[in-house]
Amino acid sequence: MSSMLDIVPDPRDTMIETPATMLINKGFQRKRETDDRLPPGQYREYDFPVLSLGPTPKVGTAEWKLDVDGLVAKKLSWTWDEFNALPQENVVKDIHCVTKWSKFDTAWSGVSIDTIIELAGVDESATHLIAYSYDGYSTNLPIEDVRNGKAMVALRYDNAAIEAEHGGPARLLVPHLYFWKSAKWVNRLSFTDHDDPGFWEIRGYHNYGDPWKEQRYSFD
Amino acid sequence: MAKGWRIATLEEASMVAKGIKSLTFSLPDWEPSVPGQHYDIRLTAEDGYQAERSYSVASAPERKGVVEFGIELLENGEVSPYLFSLKPGDQVEMRGPIGGSFIWNTDMPGPLCLVGGGSGMVPLMAMLRHRQEHLADEIKKGRHAVFLASVKDQDHLLYYDELRAISAADPNFTLVITFTQSAPPNWDGFRRRIDHAMLQNVFGGIAGDMPMVYVCGPTPFAENAASNLVEVGFNPHAIRIERFGGGGTVVGPEIKEERS
Repeated sequence: MSSMLDIVPDPRDTMIETPATMLINKGFQRKRETDDRLPPGQYREYDFPVLSLGPTPKVGTAEWKLDVDGLVAKKLSWTWDEFNALPQENVVKDIHCVTKWSKFDTAWSGVSIDTIIELAGVDESATHLIAYSYDGYSTNLPIEDVRNGKAMVALRYDNAAIEAEHGGPARLLVPHLYFWKSAKWVNRLSFTDHDDPGFWEIRGYHNYGDPWKEQRYSFD
Repeated sequence: MAKGWRIATLEEASMVAKGIKSLTFSLPDWEPSVPGQHYDIRLTAEDGYQAERSYSVASAPERKGVVEFGIELLENGEVSPYLFSLKPGDQVEMRGPIGGSFIWNTDMPGPLCLVGGGSGMVPLMAMLRHRQEHLADEIKKGRHAVFLASVKDQDHLLYYDELRAISAADPNFTLVITFTQSAPPNWDGFRRRIDHAMLQNVFGGIAGDMPMVYVCGPTPFAENAASNLVEVGFNPHAIRIERFGGGGTVVGPEIKEERS
């Protein structure tokens, strides 16, 4: 005896999944290298492009300061010499810009955010780091994304002082997120118990910015 | 809000300068952009490979239903040669408008200063075209606009006829061109790269009127213009920059793709 289930076709057999936009551009061919290390939508860049919202601030090491405040046991403020005397690490990382270029094996040295968290005595209640820059820029990060070796205040790129165009004298480095989170010309780190979307985050860019999930814009 | 990738159809294509083509697309769910914004365009090859690039919108938001781009052909580019080969009726995926900083519209106060190098003129054109749509109001407000364009030679000057027409129609608009490689015969204007003296000459008079300044072009051009503008007395916070491309050195097997 056949049951109703035998004669009613399973809708899943006939429904063809056509993504709303699956357009093939005939004649278009890859010209760029392919690489597992490239997140979606990125291409490999050998140069080091410069993108900033305005003119490059010119900050000398003589007047440079880095302040740490917020939910800390001790507010800190370092001069250039004092900061350079802290323990430093070297890292080699791939970096990914939201404007689609990725650069592999970039070499940086600087002070790990873990070191700063320890020295300042950041409170357990802190959930976010808000980083501020000399030009009025800011960006926001969950604290877990700057701990355990994930982030540093970088002082050298490719074994030399960081050029002003690239954020020197010191910039934040958080390479696992889109590079707008690696605030150039960083001058203040504030540990907070709430999020505080920064410059690009309030202008249509994604609040978190994971390149592997292609989180470029706020609607991604 | 422009969320997903949509399929856009090419309506018109024409060369606007040497190596630069204007492409106008219609797209479903069109929404007006703010002048200065861009779209992302994505191409998919038969093997599934995808490439995405950003392109500034050249058209004013008042031109409804379509977006126009000014695309520069890069010799070893991956995307631009394909876009150059498109014919009306062809389709590409795009999404936008995107961008929250390099934007201007007539609601903003102060004089409008535009500094464009080569294809960097594209987003600045969107701003100017938008202003022309509101010309009567702009004149009533007494707002001035000054456009300094830097190009190699006349062949590379985008939208020249249109800019001259705007010049003729708009008493509060000043167009200044500098040719950096070769100037047309009988040219009595600037013949060099932008420098402090030129910016002082062109913008010195309005630097104190709290203008907004938009600089767009290849990175070395933009860096040079911006740092000189700061020296001329512009407030750094009033200078917005869109840099097309990297530092200019070629490393590796291909010429780096510019953002445009």
